[in-house]
Amino acid sequence: MTTAAHLHADSGSDAPYALSHLDALESEAVHIFREVAGEFEKPVVLFSGGKDSIVMLHLALKAFAPAPVPFTLLHVDTGHNFPEVLEYRDRTVERHGLRLHVASVQDYIDAGKLRERPDGTRNPLQTLPLTEAIQRLKFDAVFGGGRRDEEKARAKERVFSLRDEFSQWDPRRQRPELWQLYNGRHAPGEHVRVFPLSNWTELDVWQYIAREGIELPEIYFAHEREVFSRNGMWLTAGAWGGAKEGETTETRLIRYRTVGDMSCTGAVDSDAATLDAVIAEIAVSRLTERGATRADDKMSEAAMEDRKREGYF
Amino acid sequence: MTSPTDQVAQLADLAATTLLRFATAGSVDDGKSTLVGRLLHDSKSVLTDQMEAVEAVSAQRGQDAPDLALLTDGLRAEREQGITIDVAYRYFATARRRFILADTPGHVQYTRNMVTGASTADLAVVLVDARNGVIEQTRRHAAVAALLRVPHVVLAVNKMDLVDYRESVFAAIAEEFTAYASDLGVPEITAIPISALAGDNVVDASAHMDWYGGPTVLEHLETVPVSHDLTACPARFPVQYVIRPQSAEHPDYRGYAGQIASGVLRVGEAVTVLPSGRTSTIEGIDALGESVDIAWAPQSVTVRLKDDIDISRGDLIAPSASAPATTQDVEATVCHVADQPLAVGARVLLKHTTRTVKAIVKEIPSRLTLDDLSQHPDPGQLVANDIGRVVVRTAEPLALDAYADSRRTGSFLLIDPADGTTLAAGMAGESFASQAETTVQADEEGWDF
Repeated sequence: MTTAAHLHADSGSDAPYALSHLDALESEAVHIFREVAGEFEKPVVLFSGGKDSIVMLHLALKAFAPAPVPFTLLHVDTGHNFPEVLEYRDRTVERHGLRLHVASVQDYIDAGKLRERPDGTRNPLQTLPLTEAIQRLKFDAVFGGGRRDEEKARAKERVFSLRDEFSQWDPRRQRPELWQLYNGRHAPGEHVRVFPLSNWTELDVWQYIAREGIELPEIYFAHEREVFSRNGMWLTAGAWGGAKEGETTETRLIRYRTVGDMSCTGAVDSDAATLDAVIAEIAVSRLTERGATRADDKMSEAAMEDRKREGYF
Repeated sequence: MTSPTDQVAQLADLAATTLLRFATAGSVDDGKSTLVGRLLHDSKSVLTDQMEAVEAVSAQRGQDAPDLALLTDGLRAEREQGITIDVAYRYFATARRRFILADTPGHVQYTRNMVTGASTADLAVVLVDARNGVIEQTRRHAAVAALLRVPHVVLAVNKMDLVDYRESVFAAIAEEFTAYASDLGVPEITAIPISALAGDNVVDASAHMDWYGGPTVLEHLETVPVSHDLTACPARFPVQYVIRPQSAEHPDYRGYAGQIASGVLRVGEAVTVLPSGRTSTIEGIDALGESVDIAWAPQSVTVRLKDDIDISRGDLIAPSASAPATTQDVEATVCHVADQPLAVGARVLLKHTTRTVKAIVKEIPSRLTLDDLSQHPDPGQLVANDIGRVVVRTAEPLALDAYADSRRTGSFLLIDPADGTTLAAGMAGESFASQAETTVQADEEGWDF
C-alpha cells in the first residue's frame, strides 16, 4: 500500500484519485493549521479534553510531524469540569510535551470579577477569562473546535473569524470565505478565531476518532453513575451542586455525548461501551448533540448568537 | 423510512463515502429555504428536537403546517425579516454521500455571497419559480456559476404545483435556461421540475409528473461525479510551511508542507521551484504520517526534495515538464466583495495560494452587468457586488494559472493593506468559457473576450 488515501471504489468515475470524506476533511483541517502557522505570530489551541479539541490536537500533531506542534494550549476551566476529563487533559499535555495555559473561572469569582449565576451554570462565565487571557498573553490566532453543524448561529461562522479588541463577533461584518484563501490579516489587538473542524459533523468526528484509534476520556463511554434528573437531563452532582428537593438521585447506565460544565452537561442513557457502539448509537440518534445534552443552548433561540457576539467560543 | 437496523447496516458504507460541496442560489421568493429544508427533512437529516422547534414557531405564527424554511434561517435579523442575509453552511449525509451545502442568498445586493458559495462548489442549484420562468436574477445566478467555473449546474424549476404540473411550462423554462447557460460555457446542466412545498422530486419522485423520467434533486446530488478535474491538471504544490525539527531524532529533516492544489505528485519526479526557477527531484512524500509514492489533490502532504535548496512559504513546486510561467502583470475578472470601492491606482495586497504580495490596480477596463452580460468600459472604480475586469501589477512574480485551468491556482484575493478587508475575489484570465459578452460601445483596449 503506497497511497495513504483511503480509496473509494464504488464508481469508476471517482477512481483512482478519489478521497474518502474523512481524508478530505482531514486534509482541509491540516491545511488550516499550516496556514495559521505560516501567517500568525502567536497561535493557541483551545483544549478542554473534550472530543472536538482532542481531534483538533491530533490533527495539529499530524500537520507538523515529525516536528512538534508550534502552538501552546489554553483551557478555560470553569471549576466544574469532570475530574476524568481534567486528568485526561493533563496526561495528554504531558505526553506530547506541550505547554498549557489555564484561565480559571473560579479565580475570577474569588476576585469578585465574576458573579455566580443563580442556576449554578458557569458556561456563560467563560467569556471574560477567555478574552482577557487572549489579551494578556497576546494570542493573535485562537483555534476552537466549533463545528458549523452544531447550531444555527454557528452555521454562519467562518473558518477564519475576525474578532475586534473586545473579542466581539459581528455576523454582518464577516469576511467572505473564498476558495481556500483564508484572509487572516488583523490590526494589533485584534485576533482571529480559527475553526479547523468547521465542516465536520458529530458523526465525522467519531468516525475519525475510530479510524485513527484516538484515546478519549472514559466518560464518553457507557458506565454506571449516580445521576439525578433536571430539565430532562441526567446530571452528576459535584462541587457545583447537586440534587435539590424533589430531585432524586439514582444509579443508571449512561454516557456523555459532550463534556463541558458539569452543571449543564447532561448524560444520555446508553450501553455503548465501545467506539463502534457509540458510532452506531449516534447514527440512529434522533436528537442532536446539543439539543439533547446542553442546557445552555436551550436558553433561547438567540442565546448562542448573542453569546458569540460577546466573544464566546 | 429506513429502520435503525438498516442505518446501522449502512454505517460500514458511511465510513468510505465521498464528499460533495454544492451551493444553492435562488431569488427571494423562489422558496429556496423551503427546498433546503425539504432536502434536509426528507433525507432524514433533521432531528427530532430541531423539528419540534420548527413546529413550535410555526404554530406560534399561526401557520397550519411546519414551515421548513425555519430549519435554515439562523440569525435574529433573518427571522425578523424572513430573508437570508449571509452564506450559511449545512451538513447532511445519505448512505451514498456526505454533503456540504453553501446556502447563499439570492437578492441582487448579495452577488458576493453567491460568488463565495460557488467558489468551493462542485455543483450549483439554481432555483426558479415555474410561474415566472427565467428572470434577470436567474440569468445572474447562471452567470456567477459560469464565472466561477462550477462544473455542474442544476436548474430546479420550483412551484410546479402552482402551474398544474404542466410539462410544457417546465420544458420551456429548461430550454431557455440551458441555452443561456451553455452559451456561457457551463459544462453540465440538469433541469428538474420540483415542488419544494409539496415534496415533488426533491427527495422522493413526484406522483404528479409522470412525464418526467429523470432523477430527483437528491438522487442527482448522490450520483453526480465529484469533480476530479483537479487531478487531470498539471501538478501544483504551494508551500505553506517548512518543517525542520532539528531534533536529535531528525537532525537533517527538511519537509515542505502544503496541500496539493491540482494534479498528482510522484516520488522521483523532476520539479521546478517558482519563482526562483531552481530544480530538484522529489525524494519522498509524507502523507500525514505515512510515506507514499504518489499523492494527489486535494491531499495535505509534506514533500522532501533531493537537493537542499532555499524554499519558503509562498513558493510553488511544480513538475519541470509542466511548470507555469511567472508574471507580474495580472489580467483578471474580479467580483468586488467589500463596502469600500476599488479604484484605479489603489495599492493593495494580492493573496495567491500561500503567497501574499504588494500590488497596484493599474486599470479597470470594464464593468460587467450580469443581467445581460453587457460591458461598461472604464468605470473608474468597482463597488460592492460589481463584477469587472482588472489589470494588476504585482511587486513580485507570481506563478499564476488561468482560472479556467485551475480554480485553486488561478484564484486570488485583493486585500486592503490598511485594515485587512478582503476587497475582491479574483479569477485570472478570461471571464467565461465562451464569447458571450457584448460590448456596450466599441472597446478601444481590444480585449479579446
